Amino acid sequence: MNPLHWLLPGEFSSSVMVCCTAAVIVFARGSRRVSGCAARTSRWRGVSFYLGITLIYVPLQTGFDYFAQHMFWIHRLQHLLLHHIGPFLVALSAPWSSMSRGLPVTWRDPVSRVVRSAPIRRLYGILQQPLIAFTLFVGLIFFWLWPSVHFRAMLSADEYKWMNWSMTLDGLLFWWLILDPRSRDEGAQIGFGIRVPIALFAMLPQLLIGAYLTFHATIIYDVYAVCGRLWPVNPITDQQIGGLITWIPACMMSVVGALIALRRWMYDDTRALAARNLAGIDAVLTASQLR
Amino acid sequence: MRPQASGRSRALTLSRALPLILALGLSSICFLEACSGPKTPTTALHGDDIRGVMPSLEFTLTGPSGATMTAADVRGKTVLLYFGYTHCPDVCPATLAKLSQALKRFGPAAAAVRVLFVSVDPKRDSGQALGSYASYFGPQVMGLTGTDDQLTALTKRYRVAYRRDAPDASGDYAVYHSSAVFVFDQDGSARLLATPAETSDELAEDLKAVIR
Repeated sequence: MNPLHWLLPGEFSSSVMVCCTAAVIVFARGSRRVSGCAARTSRWRGVSFYLGITLIYVPLQTGFDYFAQHMFWIHRLQHLLLHHIGPFLVALSAPWSSMSRGLPVTWRDPVSRVVRSAPIRRLYGILQQPLIAFTLFVGLIFFWLWPSVHFRAMLSADEYKWMNWSMTLDGLLFWWLILDPRSRDEGAQIGFGIRVPIALFAMLPQLLIGAYLTFHATIIYDVYAVCGRLWPVNPITDQQIGGLITWIPACMMSVVGALIALRRWMYDDTRALAARNLAGIDAVLTASQLR
Repeated sequence: MRPQASGRSRALTLSRALPLILALGLSSICFLEACSGPKTPTTALHGDDIRGVMPSLEFTLTGPSGATMTAADVRGKTVLLYFGYTHCPDVCPATLAKLSQALKRFGPAAAAVRVLFVSVDPKRDSGQALGSYASYFGPQVMGLTGTDDQLTALTKRYRVAYRRDAPDASGDYAVYHSSAVFVFDQDGSARLLATPAETSDELAEDLKAVIR
């Protein structure tokens, strides 16, 4: 079969296409506009952003999606990309300032008015409360893996879309909460000190559910058997690989996220210490001048 | 200023960690219970209720006589939709036999039922052979097939997979397909999903609510 066939969406979704294309165009414009001056978007941030968007687009809008509908472990891989890796890379690139620069001039005002409107800010504030963000992140994994919910989601085209969208958006929210390069004083939602435990605590339930899937002796999700697997594979093996994907790489992302937050915390502390020392020297100098 | 702020966030961490751990523990216990506990049937159904989950019956395929068939041709009938292929060694004949056995329980009322056996192997399943294969399982069983595009559209609509293996030296090949039977009522609305695990008795029981 023509390999290009697999690059085409199994089920075309205009929303995914529009969101990904718009994000890339706006980001590319924004990073080009300032190239040369001091605020230039660094190359690594660009790589992280484009790779992140690609890892969201590919599982949703190529032949990958067809496989993900019919093999449990590919479905778990899809969610690993949509919930952990793609949004992680996008959040790591902290693309918002580049993106706002990349917006057409006439759009900037209306867009910033919407983003800064009270209801949006309130909703964002609620979703990004540490406990709520944590519960959403872990809860969504449990929710969509609940056997009866999972069964319906794999059969209903609408619920399937809801599942993938909710995972992606929640991934963006959660990883941005953890990876925001700013300190709390500079405008981040929460301080570095709380991000590290949140990221690490998120491992625990994922570890439980991953281990549960891996070591369960009977088939939990019969929808894949009923609707046909794409090649003959032992359903238990399928479930075990799916469990391992839910368990190990997913927890690894928590560790990586926590390490980045830790690194930023230390950097922020060093900066604060330097500022305090400077202030101290200033005080001594002022005192000596006074004398 | 700074030490104060970090002190506050540290305090928050601790006070938030406790309910968090509790919530975690509880939700994972719930999950384990839901998975491992004996399944308590919420409805009396043996199969799965797919009302409002799956789309209504719609297809464009080639019928046994070679003419194009659509859902309009079976409107007013209860429809059992099943995908397979005539060279299928086990699952297809077993499922079709089970369906016809279940339908026998309905006596004359079974005349209001059509079993659509959709072959996803159109290369080997020509109209004539497919027709006689299907009718072997009962007068209500119809063998349909279509072009690859038509089959892809239909299988995507009902979220089922099919794939043909590469042919071996003798030109023989296996076809991977679903094992689900989708049941639609007289109006073409999706009602039930029957799985291979059900016996013909259980299937007949489920169908009582659909066949009128």
